[in-house]
Amino acid sequence: MFEIRIHSRGGQGGVTAASLIATAAFLDKKHATAAPFYGAERRGAPVTSFVRIDCEPIKIYSQIRSPDLVIVLDASIMETVDVLQGMQPGGTVLINSPHPVDLPGVNVLTIDLTGVALAVDLVVSGSPILNTPVLGALAKMGVISRDSAENAIRSMFADERNIRAAEAAYTELVV
Amino acid sequence: MLMVATGNKAVAAAVKEAKPSVVAAYPITPQSEVVEQIAEYVMSGEMQARYIPVESEHSAMTACIGASVTGVRTFTATSSHGLLYMHEMLHWAAGARLPIVMANINRALGPGWNVWAEHTDAYSQRDSGWLQFFVADVQEAYDTTLMAFRIAENTGILLPVMVNLDGFLLSHIMQSLETVDPGDYLPPMVLPHAIDIDHPASYGTLTGPRDHFKFRWEIERAMRNSPAVIRDAEEEFSRRFGRSYGPTEEYLCEDADILILSLGTLGREAEVSVDILRKEGIKAGSMRIRWFRPFPDLDLGNRDLVVIDRGYSFGFGGVLADSIRSRYRDAQIYSVIAGLGGQEVTYDDIASFVRERKMGDEYWFGVDA
Repeated sequence: MFEIRIHSRGGQGGVTAASLIATAAFLDKKHATAAPFYGAERRGAPVTSFVRIDCEPIKIYSQIRSPDLVIVLDASIMETVDVLQGMQPGGTVLINSPHPVDLPGVNVLTIDLTGVALAVDLVVSGSPILNTPVLGALAKMGVISRDSAENAIRSMFADERNIRAAEAAYTELVV
Repeated sequence: MLMVATGNKAVAAAVKEAKPSVVAAYPITPQSEVVEQIAEYVMSGEMQARYIPVESEHSAMTACIGASVTGVRTFTATSSHGLLYMHEMLHWAAGARLPIVMANINRALGPGWNVWAEHTDAYSQRDSGWLQFFVADVQEAYDTTLMAFRIAENTGILLPVMVNLDGFLLSHIMQSLETVDPGDYLPPMVLPHAIDIDHPASYGTLTGPRDHFKFRWEIERAMRNSPAVIRDAEEEFSRRFGRSYGPTEEYLCEDADILILSLGTLGREAEVSVDILRKEGIKAGSMRIRWFRPFPDLDLGNRDLVVIDRGYSFGFGGVLADSIRSRYRDAQIYSVIAGLGGQEVTYDDIASFVRERKMGDEYWFGVDA
């Protein structure tokens, strides 16, 4: 089983990212569940959501405690939240950041998802959309297939800028 | 069609296929997505139902009762305080023998204010004359909602049915879902006592003890008939759509020395606990109860029972544990109270309940004694 925890801020689309990843995994003919953790949610407050991907049906409903992959959609969260909590040794952290980030004991990948979204004008109500470009990054990492990433996005969003941003993220991420 | 959906959306998708004439509902966390989705279906024309937005859950159930007594299919959904606000009318719906189907998204009751999973809401309506099912995944929520209409409307039953989903844990999780065209699996509803303007009759008039008593016995007689009707609905569902259900979902129970009994998502997670325990040489099995009312006959044998309750009868005990204890006098039970108000209960926790079981005792998980 491959377990992903997503850290974002309320309103940044972390929960939608989780459902897009699960949809893509499902299109890859795998079993997947996506679950938000509903705490006291407020716009701008740190929120967590979860994705499990497996070849077998998934029976677990409790939260992910030792993720294989952590996605940080907003790097400023790391000032207040321990995003490495419970991390599998040798696990990977994917951080939305224009600069390299150094974290001990884990593989860190950075990609400027915000820049990618702004470059294709993928902005809603003044905020860049991060949850569709992140699928391109995950396709590059091999978590989901490139086709399924695109089809998952299309199943939820008609705006082609989402696809262009995902493709740009695919190209930009160095793994 | 295959898709990815939440438990809430699965219920709404099943209701769309069941084609009720009337849906009356009031939104409440974590049920809101069910009725929002149905309202969207109605607005887009995908559903031909009359959607009645009401000012309270009491009115939601009353509107369903009023519609149902004209002989049309009705649906509503609620949760927690909403269900309790309906309480009076739940008894009325059952007493008037109306096959209303309702999804209840299990949630704790205040105070303190808590929107997370607990079974106290459903437990507290145990004696209202509703059939109650508890489901554990998105597909089962969809399938059971469809089956609920067939069961409720069977002329040997004519009782309302409640389908219970764990708040957030199931209502908001996304899993794969295969939808079906029920076709004549759901034949048109026929209510023998429907209002007929050519044959006027009074409904809900003053009724003396003799008839009242008879009506109550008839509810129980329908309940006693219901296992055969539910089994038939489940078997026909399996024949047509390929997915099988029963009164319990059993995992490695056959040769087990210890059974974990529970309702809802806990029962699915318990299967992972069973795998862990079996590797340690502990022969455990999971028996997830799907039918809560009518309460099914269970093949318990002479085994240790670890019963997990996500709710409690104050001054008495765990409600599921007590249901089993009262039906099976010799049962050896370790009653675990866990998961109240959305308390996290993992497969490791469930495995530890089994390892550290003290038969005859009651244990409140996470509460320092």
